[in-house]
Amino acid sequence: MASLMVSRVKQKRIAQLISRGKRLDGRELTDYRDVQVETGLIERAEGSARVRLGKTEVLVGVKFELGEPFPDTPNEGVLTVNAELVPLASPSFEPGPPDENSIELARVVDRGIRESKAIATDELVIEPGKKVFVVFVDVYVLNHDGNLIDASCLAALAALLNTKMFNYEVKEGEVKIKPGYKPLPIRNYPVAVTFAKFNDKLVVDPWQEEEQVMDARLTMTLEKDGKICAIQKGGYGYFTPDQVFEASKIAKQKAEEQRKLVVKE
Amino acid sequence: MPVFYERRQLVTPGDLLAENDYLAGENTHKENGRIYATRVGLVNYEDKRVYVVALKSFYVPTVGDTVIGKVVEVTLGGWVVDIRAPYPAMLRASDALERPFKPQKDDLPSLFDVGDMLIAKIVAYDRTRDPLLTVLERGLGKITRGQIIEITPTKIPRVIGKQGSMISVVKQETGCQIIIGQNGRILISGKLPEDERLAVMAIRKIELEAHTTGLTDRVTEMLKKEKGTMEVVKNVSEET
Amino acid sequence: MSQKKPEKLIDENDVRLDGRKLNEIRPTKIEVGILANADGSAYIEQGKNKILAAVYGPREVHPKHLALPDRAVLRCRYHMAPFSVEERKSPAPSRRELELSKVIRECLEPSIFTEYYPRTSIDLFIEVLQADGGTRCAGITVASVALADAGIPMRDLVSACAAGKVEGRLVVDLTDVEDKGGEADMPLAYMPNANAITLLQMDGMLTSEEFEQAVNLAVEGSKQVGQIQKEALRAKYVVSKEAEAEKEEAEEGEQ
Repeated sequence: MASLMVSRVKQKRIAQLISRGKRLDGRELTDYRDVQVETGLIERAEGSARVRLGKTEVLVGVKFELGEPFPDTPNEGVLTVNAELVPLASPSFEPGPPDENSIELARVVDRGIRESKAIATDELVIEPGKKVFVVFVDVYVLNHDGNLIDASCLAALAALLNTKMFNYEVKEGEVKIKPGYKPLPIRNYPVAVTFAKFNDKLVVDPWQEEEQVMDARLTMTLEKDGKICAIQKGGYGYFTPDQVFEASKIAKQKAEEQRKLVVKE
Repeated sequence: MPVFYERRQLVTPGDLLAENDYLAGENTHKENGRIYATRVGLVNYEDKRVYVVALKSFYVPTVGDTVIGKVVEVTLGGWVVDIRAPYPAMLRASDALERPFKPQKDDLPSLFDVGDMLIAKIVAYDRTRDPLLTVLERGLGKITRGQIIEITPTKIPRVIGKQGSMISVVKQETGCQIIIGQNGRILISGKLPEDERLAVMAIRKIELEAHTTGLTDRVTEMLKKEKGTMEVVKNVSEET
Repeated sequence: MSQKKPEKLIDENDVRLDGRKLNEIRPTKIEVGILANADGSAYIEQGKNKILAAVYGPREVHPKHLALPDRAVLRCRYHMAPFSVEERKSPAPSRRELELSKVIRECLEPSIFTEYYPRTSIDLFIEVLQADGGTRCAGITVASVALADAGIPMRDLVSACAAGKVEGRLVVDLTDVEDKGGEADMPLAYMPNANAITLLQMDGMLTSEEFEQAVNLAVEGSKQVGQIQKEALRAKYVVSKEAEAEKEEAEEGEQ
């Protein structure tokens, strides 16, 4: 039975290299792994994208439904993000209801999209207070080789940019579909940058083996103008305030680079 | 060699107690040359050692300790005993019988059953397994009479006193047999229930005032006073 | 049944709705050891927040396969009572409660010497009885006190305080209405000895300069909370000390 657990010897090696500014796979401390983005693979979905970040693979599908708005936002459509750590993605994932890891992943991806107001939810209203579009963003992790958050956020952004809404008209209170499509109105492009801490060193885009050795992780999601719209610290260790500020500086530059992979000017 | 508190001051986890040349004693932790408290309690500096007498802590098994436990389960080869510790203790049949254990003949529950209280000694304990007990020494075995009270384990040394001075006072004044378990359980067995009640009162007083000085004298005084009152009551009820 | 939204959350003199200055935390009161069965417990009132924390352990792990060979496993449940919020909340754990249980556990574990008690579990329960914003911070603060009350050895207390942005100004310790009506909310938890941030989350929008200021504000707020935590732990003991001194005097008086 294969185990993804990293041996003690390897753990020491990873930590030693990082303390000297090097990584086991040859990357610089602030380098991302190679990224491949493919969109529109699932025709049944209104929008879809698959991101490969190194060997981590995440597929995101976007679907629409008609529904009611929330009572305190009658003039806005609804966004729902869900994530599944599908058992085939890793020997450590078990079938069953969403556990704390998939819930955290979904909520971090959600925060990035929601707080940056990436989706123009005011353009998703059919009848104010009564009928709106509900956008379902479903994150499907297909292979776990570390840094699920950044891969999922990137795939979600690519999927949303790929999403088409059908044209419609309201006749006698009924929504009737008309021929033709228009793209989902997107106003911002949130990108997440995740750091792993090893003593006093920060590393960007930890892969699965580094994640087993790291002290803690810190994710910062930045919107298109460089403002921070979501932060999530995870893991059992800690960051000093200076390390947090250092991460913030690096994140700004990295987010811009990653965004270019998905958002074509 | 800076120290940051006076003797017997109350400290909380994370309080900086001393720096550099000091040794980290009980309930403290040294990091980068600094010694911090790890529990709430009274700090003390002795020679070059700084330690904290914890206000509240739980019993951690130590080999050689006498403990008072409660049988919670009878298994195929022995018993599981609750000793008020984070780990359940095991008493194997071979550590309870003076001869080899014969599963077909020996009926374990008839020796010790669920709910029985035992005086036992810890013979083995390390990080990889639960503590092991024995009842094969003198003075160990099932408890058949008396009452058992529980106090926080950190106060046990105070109940015993310097070279047993405190507990001998209680034994003398009450005439009770008192067996102290390092795990915070104390067995009191006296001729009369009033004697046992006196002993319980004394121990509760010690527990409450453990941090004060002159306690031995005050306990002696209290016991003599209570006994005097009891005598009067007895005489009165005998006369009527 | 929803509350009317207030016109302004901060006035022209930088005074907030509840009269506080921008960098002022809400009045906080902590009581220690209030539950008889738990190994450690504490209760906090911070503004309108009312939160209870209880600790059981270190004790045997059930189910056994969850035990770790080299240290204690910390389990944490953050839960809100159905009557704690304006609109009744279903008692079933929500996704938010599950996420918070996770981040709170990850926030407190660095403070505990788990390696002293292998193969045991330390179970922590946080119950929010009444909520008014910043419950995860108040929950962490009271949980850390409950852990100390249980006699579990710790490196340091963990103190938590949120900072955020409301109507263009950076503030500390946001209430529910400030969180909902503001531009950003950033809960943070801190261990002073190691200069360690063990919880950091944010939702909203902050420039990197605002973010830096907010972190410093939250760390300052956490240090204030830390003083309150230490006082609460000392108060429990001092009370019994004073009671004993009084009793002694009374007894001496009789003789």
